[in-house]
Amino acid sequence: MAELKLTKVGKTYGGSVEVLKDIDLDIKTGELIVFVGPSGCGKSTLLRMIAGLEKITGGTLEIDGMVVNDVPPAQRGIAMVFQTYALYPHMTVYDNMSFALKIAKKSREEIDEAVRKAAKILQLEEYLDRLPKALSGGQRQRVAIGRSIVRDPKVYLFDEPLSNLDAALRVATRIEIAQLKESMPDSTMIYVTHDQVEAMTLASRIVVLADKGIAQVGSPLDLYERPENEFVAQFIGSPAMNLIPGEIVGTGAQTTIKLDREGVAMSNVATTEADVGLKVNAGVRPEDLVEATGESYLYDGKVALLEALGEVTVLYFEPEHGRDPVIGKLPGIHDDLRGREVRLTADPAKVHVFHQGQSLLYR
Amino acid sequence: MHPALQGLLTIVIGVGGCVGYFYFSNVLLDRVIFPARGRDMGRNINRANMVRPWLFLFPAIFALGLYLAYPVAETLRLSLTDRAAGGAFVGLANYQQMMAEPKFWEALRNNFMWLLIVPAAATGFGLLAAQLTDRIRWGNLAKSLIFMPMAISFVGAGVIWKLVYEQRPVDVEQIGVLNAIYLALGGAEPQTWMTIPLWNSIFLMVVLVWIQTGFAMVILSAALRGIPEETVEAAIIDGAGPFQIFFKIKVPQIMGTIMVVWTTITLVVLKVFDIVFAMTNGQWETQVLANYMFDKLFSANDWGVGSASAMIIMLLVTPILAWNVYNARKEMR
Repeated sequence: MAELKLTKVGKTYGGSVEVLKDIDLDIKTGELIVFVGPSGCGKSTLLRMIAGLEKITGGTLEIDGMVVNDVPPAQRGIAMVFQTYALYPHMTVYDNMSFALKIAKKSREEIDEAVRKAAKILQLEEYLDRLPKALSGGQRQRVAIGRSIVRDPKVYLFDEPLSNLDAALRVATRIEIAQLKESMPDSTMIYVTHDQVEAMTLASRIVVLADKGIAQVGSPLDLYERPENEFVAQFIGSPAMNLIPGEIVGTGAQTTIKLDREGVAMSNVATTEADVGLKVNAGVRPEDLVEATGESYLYDGKVALLEALGEVTVLYFEPEHGRDPVIGKLPGIHDDLRGREVRLTADPAKVHVFHQGQSLLYR
Repeated sequence: MHPALQGLLTIVIGVGGCVGYFYFSNVLLDRVIFPARGRDMGRNINRANMVRPWLFLFPAIFALGLYLAYPVAETLRLSLTDRAAGGAFVGLANYQQMMAEPKFWEALRNNFMWLLIVPAAATGFGLLAAQLTDRIRWGNLAKSLIFMPMAISFVGAGVIWKLVYEQRPVDVEQIGVLNAIYLALGGAEPQTWMTIPLWNSIFLMVVLVWIQTGFAMVILSAALRGIPEETVEAAIIDGAGPFQIFFKIKVPQIMGTIMVVWTTITLVVLKVFDIVFAMTNGQWETQVLANYMFDKLFSANDWGVGSASAMIIMLLVTPILAWNVYNARKEMR
C-alpha cells in the first residue's frame, strides 16, 4: 500500500568515495522490485538507504509522497528481512515476532492475534516456544519473514534472504515468498539478490544496478528480450550473451552485419543508410544459436569443450585471442559434436546490435 | 654476586631446567624405556604414547600437589589442633572459639557486603565503559586509561587511595582529594574518612572497583563486538531506542560473559586482603575474612583459629569457583 519515489538518490562515503549516484526510480503499490547487479554494485546499500540504516547523502526518497530522508527506520513503515536472518538469539520465536509490537506498546491481545496469524501463514505455529538455535535455516528465515509480516509494513525489504540456505531450501523458500506476495497483492516489496533466477522468477520489475547507477529497469522478459546495453545483455541470461564484433554492411528494416571473422549476422533491428560501416557487436544468446542448414551462417568454429546436460548441450568454441569464447546451447543431446567444426546461425529476431555498448534498438 | 646477575642466572636455570626436563625425559622414554625398534616396535610406540602425557604433566601435578593440595590438607589438620596445647587434637574447638568472636562476624558481614557491592559495581561500570568507548574515536585511549589500574598491585592501589582519603588539620591545605572536594563544597572540617564505620568499608570497596572495572570492560567490550550487527539493525527497524537495544538486545546476548566476569570478580572479592591490610588493617569495623585470618595466623600466632577461618574462606569460594568454571566452559562452546 505504498509508492516509493527515488529522485537523484546518491551515496558517498567519507565525502569522497561515491558508491551510488543519481538513482531515479518510481515504485508503484503492489510491485515486487528486484535489485540485481554484480557484487559491490551498491544494491544492498541502496536497500539499506531505503530502510534508513544508511544515510542518504544525495537526492530524496519519498514514501507515499512524504520525504523520509531523515525519518528514523521504525517510522518509515518498512520491515526488513536480512540475509543472516538477524533473529534475536535469546528470544523465542514468539518473542522475536512480537518484539516490534511490544516496543510500539500494542495491547497483549493485539500482539497475540498478529503473531498467531503470521505464524499460521508461515506454518510456524508449533515452533512459537522455541529458540532460534533449535530451528533449521529455512524455519529461521520464515521467522524473520514473520517478524516483518507482524508489523504490517507498507514496504517489505528483503536483503538476499535466500543466500544462506542450501539449494533445495532456496527453491522452496523462493516459492513461499512468491506465494506470500500473491496473498498480499497490495504490499510493495523490494528484494535484493545476485541470483538472476530469483530475480527472473519473483520480480514484477527488475532494476539492474551497475557502475554506481541503474543500467536498466524493466520486466524480467523485457530485460531478457530487449536489453538496453551490453552490460544488461550479458548479466541477464546464463550462459551470458555472445558478443561478436563486426561492421554494418546492409541497412533498412533488417540490418546485415559482416562479422570480423567470416560469417554474417542478420538482425531485425532497424538501421538507416548513415549506419553503414558502423563498428558494432552482434549479440546472440547461446540458446538462440541453431545449427546452420543452408550456405549462410553466423558463426563457424571448432568445439573446444562440450557440456552434455541431457536437457541441453553447451558448446564452448575455441576462443579468439583476448575475447570470451563463443558459447552455443543446443536443445537435446549432441555428444558427437565434441572437437568438430560446427556452423551456427540465428533467427534475425533474436540478434541484438550494440554500438559502443548501447543497443541500437533504443536510439 | 650482583643481584641482577643472580636473577638472570635463576631465569636461565629455571627455563633451561624446564626445557631440559621435557627434552631429556622424552628422549629417555623414546630411546631407552620403550625404544621404537626391535621385535615389540608397535607395542612400544603405543606404550610410549600412553606414558607421555603423564610425563609432561608431572611437573605441573607435582607443583600443584605441593603448593595447593598439601596446604589444604595441612590447613584442615591445623584447624583441628591447638598450638598452646602443643598441637593436640581439639576437634571443632577452634571453630567454636571463632564463632564466639564478634570480630569474625564483623568480617563475615563485611565480606558479604563486599560480595554484594563490588562485583555488581565493577561489572556495571565495566559494561558501561565497554559500551560507551566502543563508538567514540578516542575510545581506545579511554579504554587504556580505565584498564591501567589493573597493572597496579593491590597494595600500591591501597597506598594511592589512602592519599586520596588523607586528612590534614582544618587550617592546613588538604592533600587528600576527597577532603579538598568536601571542604570546597562547604564541608565544615576535614573528615577522617577511614574511621567512619560503614562509609570506610565503602571507601575501601571503591579501590577494588577502580581496579576491577578495567578487567570487566576489556572482556565485555570483546563480547559486545561479537554481537551480530544485524540483530541490532533489526531492532532499530523494529523501533527500539538506544536503551532498549542495549538492555533488550545486547545485554541478553552477552549474559553468559557477564556472569563469568561477575563470578571472577566475586572470587577476587572473597579473597580481598591487601587493600584492607594496607589501608585500615581491619580497624574501625572494616575487618574482612582474609585479613582476620592473617591477624590470627601471624599477629596472634594462633594457627588453630587462623586455619579455621581459612577453611571458611575456602568453603565460600569453592561453589562460586565451580560455577565460574562451568559458565566459562559454556561460553567457550
